[in-house]
Amino acid sequence: MRIAVASGKGGTGKTFVATNLFNVLSRRGERVTLADCDAEAPDDMLFFSAEKVRETEVTHQVPVINKDACTWCGRCSRWCNYNAIFYLPNAKVIEVIENLCHGCGACSFACNSGAITEKPVVLGAVTTFSTDVGSRVVEARMKVNEMSPVRVIKAAIKESGDEGIVILDAPPGTSCPFIQTVDKADYVVLVTEPTPFGLSDLKQSVETLREMKKEPAVIINRADIGDGCVAEYLEKENIPLLAEIRYDPAVARIYSEGRLVTQEIPAMASLFEKLADHISEGYGTVGQNIRPTWKWR
Amino acid sequence: MRVAITSTGQSLESRLDQRFGRCAFFVIYDTETGGVEILPNPNKDAEEGAGPASVQLVASKEVQKIVSGEFGVKIKSLLDSLKIQMIVYKEKEKTVKSVIDMLNNQ
Repeated sequence: MRIAVASGKGGTGKTFVATNLFNVLSRRGERVTLADCDAEAPDDMLFFSAEKVRETEVTHQVPVINKDACTWCGRCSRWCNYNAIFYLPNAKVIEVIENLCHGCGACSFACNSGAITEKPVVLGAVTTFSTDVGSRVVEARMKVNEMSPVRVIKAAIKESGDEGIVILDAPPGTSCPFIQTVDKADYVVLVTEPTPFGLSDLKQSVETLREMKKEPAVIINRADIGDGCVAEYLEKENIPLLAEIRYDPAVARIYSEGRLVTQEIPAMASLFEKLADHISEGYGTVGQNIRPTWKWR
Repeated sequence: MRVAITSTGQSLESRLDQRFGRCAFFVIYDTETGGVEILPNPNKDAEEGAGPASVQLVASKEVQKIVSGEFGVKIKSLLDSLKIQMIVYKEKEKTVKSVIDMLNNQ
């Protein structure tokens, strides 16, 4: 089963929650995978020492236009929904703007004169790591200068599979990268903070998820700052509050140094243990210790 | 020579639109004949690629210069290859008419 840890607002603590939940579940010997789906800025691996198992490039097909075969009909350019084919028939200019291309193939389909072939363009990579306790981290990392992380995220989720527990550390926001990630999740946990900004983005996330027929649960991070607006909203909307994490400079320090609070602060370890229990109980796939006989590919 | 000027409205008294790809209107001005053509920008609300699509539009009108407040990064090489000059004019209070006067007095 897949659990997405997401938030509308950036910097609320998605990675903090995802990495520590992963750590607690790994320690218990669960079969667990952490998929870092924030392909524009993956950072989960800052918290683990792990061995790289494999790396796969993610590509998509972009058109190559043969001007000699082109009849200058302009169909490819008109069919393109993303303005990726620049077409100026009078000046005999036709050019593919590769970083606008979504690789949908509409132009190749539209061309009646066989002037379009396709070539692969690398968008990013998916890397699989094996941690020292035998669990897996799968990282989506987009190539600098590419425009959309969606395909790389998709590939990382596919690589993560759905055996045992897969934690998807989602990209911030509520646009395509977020939707791509939560779409594949059985359970969505939204991390927020109790400020008007946090609430505004939480509402957007909840509305987007409900549009997708998904009911999220919420963790309030830095729960003792701000005001009561988020708690009020959750009550009104009947959204379960999974946990409240208090602001603690010691937590911030440990996190900022790339370490795991569940290894160092007992109170945090027990909070995340409870969270893991909740997820196990609610989703019933956890509980058997299978590590000794089991190994990731 | 024909020049495209990005405009917030469809008259010469309208202000210069500060965005190129997503401007409201293009005013195509011919410095030789003084002729003016005003085109609504169909790419104003394009999801993506408004810049290249707008270059396609103004280039099809055979302009050699474009005056606007700002140009996006995706179109520079296109404009270079088409030999169309970008003129950045960050004066959002100026009217299209005053830009035309400047072009005439060059």
